[in-house]
Amino acid sequence: MAADNSKKRLLLQGNEAIVYGALAAGCRFFAGYPITPATEISELLSVKLPQAGGTFIQMEDEIASMGAVIGASLAGVKAMTATSGPGFSLIQENLGYACITEVPCVIVNVMRGGPSTGLPTNVAQGDVLMARWGTHGDHPIIVLAVSSVSDCFSITVRAFNLSEKYRVPVIVLSDEIVAHTRECFTLPNVDEVRVVDRIGPNVPPEWYKPYAANNRGVPDMAAFGDGYRHHVTGLVHDERGFPTQQPHEIEPFLMRLHEKITKGFPEIMLSKSYLMADAEICVFAYGCVARSALMAVKNARAQGIKAGLLQLITLFPVPRKEIDAALRQCRVAIVPELNMGQMSREINRINQSGTRIVKYNRIDGQMIAPDEITKQIISVS
Amino acid sequence: MVVDAETIRQEYLRHDKKFPHVWCPGCGNGIVLGSLLRAIHNLQLPKDDVVVASGIGCSSRMTTYIDFNTLHTTHGRALTFATGVKLAKPQLRVIAVMGDGDATAIGGNHFIHAARRNINITAIIVNNSTYGMTGGQYSPTTPYGSKSTTSTYGHVEHAFSIAELAVTAGAAFVARGTVYHAAHLDTLLEQAISKRGFSVVEVISNCHVQHGRRNKLGDAVKMIASYQERAVPVKKAQSMTEKEMEGKFTIGVLCDVEKPISTEEYDRIRQESCHMV
Repeated sequence: MAADNSKKRLLLQGNEAIVYGALAAGCRFFAGYPITPATEISELLSVKLPQAGGTFIQMEDEIASMGAVIGASLAGVKAMTATSGPGFSLIQENLGYACITEVPCVIVNVMRGGPSTGLPTNVAQGDVLMARWGTHGDHPIIVLAVSSVSDCFSITVRAFNLSEKYRVPVIVLSDEIVAHTRECFTLPNVDEVRVVDRIGPNVPPEWYKPYAANNRGVPDMAAFGDGYRHHVTGLVHDERGFPTQQPHEIEPFLMRLHEKITKGFPEIMLSKSYLMADAEICVFAYGCVARSALMAVKNARAQGIKAGLLQLITLFPVPRKEIDAALRQCRVAIVPELNMGQMSREINRINQSGTRIVKYNRIDGQMIAPDEITKQIISVS
Repeated sequence: MVVDAETIRQEYLRHDKKFPHVWCPGCGNGIVLGSLLRAIHNLQLPKDDVVVASGIGCSSRMTTYIDFNTLHTTHGRALTFATGVKLAKPQLRVIAVMGDGDATAIGGNHFIHAARRNINITAIIVNNSTYGMTGGQYSPTTPYGSKSTTSTYGHVEHAFSIAELAVTAGAAFVARGTVYHAAHLDTLLEQAISKRGFSVVEVISNCHVQHGRRNKLGDAVKMIASYQERAVPVKKAQSMTEKEMEGKFTIGVLCDVEKPISTEEYDRIRQESCHMV
């Protein structure tokens, strides 16, 4: 029992749980800029990071924050930033740089109402497609959505692990409701958290090729200052990191960036299913809406309707297999979202079985309550 | 004694990089590069400990050719990346190389905040008064009345004085040199790199191809030689009138002050906060 006593039971909001998750994952650098509703992440990390020997810095804007995060990661320190819509627009420039230079980093976007300054203190899920396609050019990226305080911890850890393993930026999409909802959470012991670190080179410096392909598709990553002097550039580069304009070097390089993610699909694509075994009506939901959806499905079951929930955790790459299976199994799919249907577009794209897909959207800054989804389920049952 | 070029070439240029470089014949960037390498050589900095970050533009291509930890970043953002590197690994010597448009237009905000923060980084700004790489548009340092591809009728805005801007923003060390005064530039860069705190060296350089040609300033030799007359040592300038300084600029050390360095202050916070857990 001694071990259990040492565990800390905390009353945390989502933003705070992200901080604990990041620290457990080994994050030791944070650069950010104040923005509602993400600011608590900065505030708590400014206290916790120096205690852990890490660094917190408030930069002059989100462009700078993302630059500093990439710089820190190149120096060998796990790094992240946290922001909301307007700041998320600004980080896109250097996010693309992290994609092409394969620098591990985590970006938390606590979604609020948009566009522009929009609704700073209200909930929304309007940044879903931006998280996938916000920076210019074809690029690989992983987007994970959180729906509870416990998710905020575990998915943040997962985000760091995937980022380190695949050398790709990972975006954690939270929202105002998840960020500010307080729930009890038992902090795991350090040894209970699985932490993945990037793999360093195992050759002498003179043999090191910083962007050479290997069987994982993920090049070994040396940190600045470790004796492996190399060049990092946002230009398309050859395996030594130097700019190239040779078609025979460009395409294999860009293809590798995408293929390394494809190779990891089974562990990258996360979803949770609830009451799906015999479901005829399936609700697809993520973020705070997944909480309402679960209650709605349970309410519908109480009324004898065979409803189930597929909660999407990985939004991109889209968990096609799980969505496809649910669509084939069910008569009707309901996709409630706090936007005008950004994920339902993706689900429609996957729908090869002619399943009826019903959108349910709110863009008025209010959450979708369980009753609203229950009504939708009843109306299609 | 000045170290010979062959030693610098052998020791500090990347031999596995596919030369030639991107610079036009006569460009001042090569002179700045030589000065930077001689300064690093004279300071005996181990190559593994040096990080050189750059932005986007002709001078920023410098990082491709030199054998350190090099980081060719996005336009205007070199100092933000450099800040991350320095904070994450304070033992590294971090130098940022930027152009005038890079550092004071798109990156102007980062530049003044890096100076205000007094983080232990050296910023080298090669000021050629134009956007050379994109073909000669007006930059924040293009003189009033000058012609460029985006001011064919003459420029209606006024130029920044980069070094003075850095002084006002709070940099601990600020100097200005030119590509004509190469030996002097070696000394300034040495001083800047060894300075504890944020140090800035503005280097007045020539873009005879884009800026010089459109403004009838002559070829590379004529443009570079003109700095001999236009550059006035800081001390001498103090006794000169505004009228006498017209068309001229100061060279030398504009500012050298001691103040707490944020990187070191933060380290103290790390030590203290550990006891507060």
